[in-house]
Amino acid sequence: MRARRVAGVAGVLSATLVLAGCGSGGDGDSAAQGADGRGPITFVTQKDNSGVLPFIADEWNKAHPDEKVTIKQQSDQADQQLSDFEQHFQAKDPGYDVVTVDVVWTAEFAARGWIVPLTGRHALDTDKLLPATVKAGTYNGKLYAAPYGSDGGLLYYRTDLVDSAPTTWNELIGDCKGKTTKGTITGARPACYAGQFAKYEGLTVNAAEAINATGGTIVGPDGRSTTVDSPKSAAGLDFLVNGFKDGYIPKEALGFQETQSVNAFQSGQLMFMRNWPYAVAILNGKGSKVAGKFGVAPLPGPSGHGASTLGGHNLGISAYSRHQATALDFLKFIESDKVQRNNLTVGTLAPVLTSMYSDPKLTRKFTYLPDLLKSIETAVPRPITPFYPGVTEAIETNTYAALQGRTTTAQALKNMQAAIKSATAGG
Amino acid sequence: MTVAGHVEPGTAGKPGGDRRRTRIRRGALRPREARTAFLLIAPALLLLALVVGYPVVKAVYQSFLTDPGLNKATGMFDAGNNWFGLHNYTHWLLQRCATPEGGYTSCPSGALGSQFWSSVGVTVGFTVVACTLETVIGMAFALTMHRAFRGRAMVRVAILVPWAIPTAVTSKLWQVMFDPQGCVNKLLGTHYAWTSSLWPARSAIVIADTWKTTPFIALLILAGLQNIPAETYEAAKIDGAGAWRRFTNVTLPLVKPALAVAVVFRALDTLRMYDLPKILTGGSNGTTTSSILVVDQLTRGANSASALSTITFVLIFVIAFGLVRLLNANLFGAQAKAVR
Repeated sequence: MRARRVAGVAGVLSATLVLAGCGSGGDGDSAAQGADGRGPITFVTQKDNSGVLPFIADEWNKAHPDEKVTIKQQSDQADQQLSDFEQHFQAKDPGYDVVTVDVVWTAEFAARGWIVPLTGRHALDTDKLLPATVKAGTYNGKLYAAPYGSDGGLLYYRTDLVDSAPTTWNELIGDCKGKTTKGTITGARPACYAGQFAKYEGLTVNAAEAINATGGTIVGPDGRSTTVDSPKSAAGLDFLVNGFKDGYIPKEALGFQETQSVNAFQSGQLMFMRNWPYAVAILNGKGSKVAGKFGVAPLPGPSGHGASTLGGHNLGISAYSRHQATALDFLKFIESDKVQRNNLTVGTLAPVLTSMYSDPKLTRKFTYLPDLLKSIETAVPRPITPFYPGVTEAIETNTYAALQGRTTTAQALKNMQAAIKSATAGG
Repeated sequence: MTVAGHVEPGTAGKPGGDRRRTRIRRGALRPREARTAFLLIAPALLLLALVVGYPVVKAVYQSFLTDPGLNKATGMFDAGNNWFGLHNYTHWLLQRCATPEGGYTSCPSGALGSQFWSSVGVTVGFTVVACTLETVIGMAFALTMHRAFRGRAMVRVAILVPWAIPTAVTSKLWQVMFDPQGCVNKLLGTHYAWTSSLWPARSAIVIADTWKTTPFIALLILAGLQNIPAETYEAAKIDGAGAWRRFTNVTLPLVKPALAVAVVFRALDTLRMYDLPKILTGGSNGTTTSSILVVDQLTRGANSASALSTITFVLIFVIAFGLVRLLNANLFGAQAKAVR
């Protein structure tokens, strides 16, 4: 009886090992035969919060009845999307033809040979695209992913509480005086400022913005050396650390991801919020208490406007796809005026075509477009490295410890530097 | 039917007698019988070897290989899978991390390697606290459900509902309740950011886990309780035992086999807990369990993850084995005592 129970235990436990056992890689060989292939394709992308995918599917399928696209929506959490891709690529799944690549995954996907370079037979014209977005799809001097939607951080502010948007951090803090509750989201008055400060990718984005605003850097110009442990970085990170200490950032924000921060702002509980452009559509939508009562501006900094972290997504062609020629056409279709315009008007997603930011028809409706363009053009990319998961873990963990007051800013940056170094050395 | 009621006077004195006889009988199995027995279980063994043995052996083998590394000249990953000796193990157990210069140093905060021992601590901590709570509350629930009273069926259903809800749903449910503006804070009149600081986050996990799985323990204990004949209690009552004495001297020893199974099952479940903390807190604020660490590492290097899962496997196995031995010994002793 006892022996049998132990054997059963062993069986259950080995599930952990099975997981690891399936994760072995190998060498790709099916890539060549799929390069000129045509046929139906599958477009794997994140959950469509903006409602733009039906248009894309309909328009494409109308024009390409023999090469229809099937859209597979993943979760709306970046880390779940990533692990889904990792599993399918490691299994060399030909069922994923076109994949949405978060800007920070491009390097890893390219270095592992999961997506094909967009050169030679797969060349893509990039003249009309925002240079920053093209750079974000480039690894090792080669374009690997086609810009799909760009993203830059913006400051959302309550026009009923302040006359104009603050341009510096001090102005922002000053604007809050006398109007906000300190430290927590309670009562009728809003709290002052929040971004995305839960321990996840969004924290890396917010931390990088604070660090870059004061002239600090995470990696050097070569993209390899680690430079985050500096007084300039400390000055930037202190804007966030002091926010929790002095109470201009509510402590609830330690659990905020994009959705929670939008919810708080939408229900009138925040005066200022940092978020991506997609929030405009939601904040003007049904059930929003701040509809028509908020404005959008570039992020503030220590003296004058700050820095935004470049966000956004690119599209890659899977190296294991059998219909790569069709996939390339689909990429070109995504870059078209038609699709980019719909993404903006329906989903308030930031387009990647330069011309759209000065299109009078669009700027009249989306008055923040010039600010957004400025935000994207001056945006700082996060470290471009195939070891990005380890790098972002290093930034998140140590920033979070500093925000919670468990370590000093100086110590957090020191640990961050060491952990990034270790991550880029392969663990 | 039960030990206490039907033990014959002769065997009560030597509780080991029954066991010894079984062993002798087993040893005397004839060769032909042995061969038939082996043939009968061979398909099951083969299947086990295929679906359990092979992946385990492969994972252990992989744990001695390198993960793909970056070829600095091409910017592409190489294939990896070279012999790496025990490096993957020392990486986790001794927390040695690679440096850009090619050496090793102790893992800095923020590297996955630095989280190994803390994740083991967290996992074991959750197991001890959650299982204790679940056992105590589960026992109370079982005793309540066991008593005959009006509306008993309703109470049983109410107690069993949480067990029927999938863990992912439970996690989301509690995430909403533990929201800074959720009902937990409103009820308690507090302003905890439950999932964004250390101890509240850990408590939240334990509370959610206890809420979900106490019914399971209660159910198993109830099954055990229903096997105790009423005469035993009557006898104890006549002998002058109060309610507490009856609980400690009759109920507890006789329900122990069921209790032991429940505790072992729950302990194993908690030791490989993944979904609840992953969804509720994302593993932040000191709630990264060993399983979360394994999955996180899996995307960064499968061979190193193999080493980690092998270590985790051994660790859980040792704890489980110890637990089974301990409970079995206790069980046996308790039964013998109850018999006397």
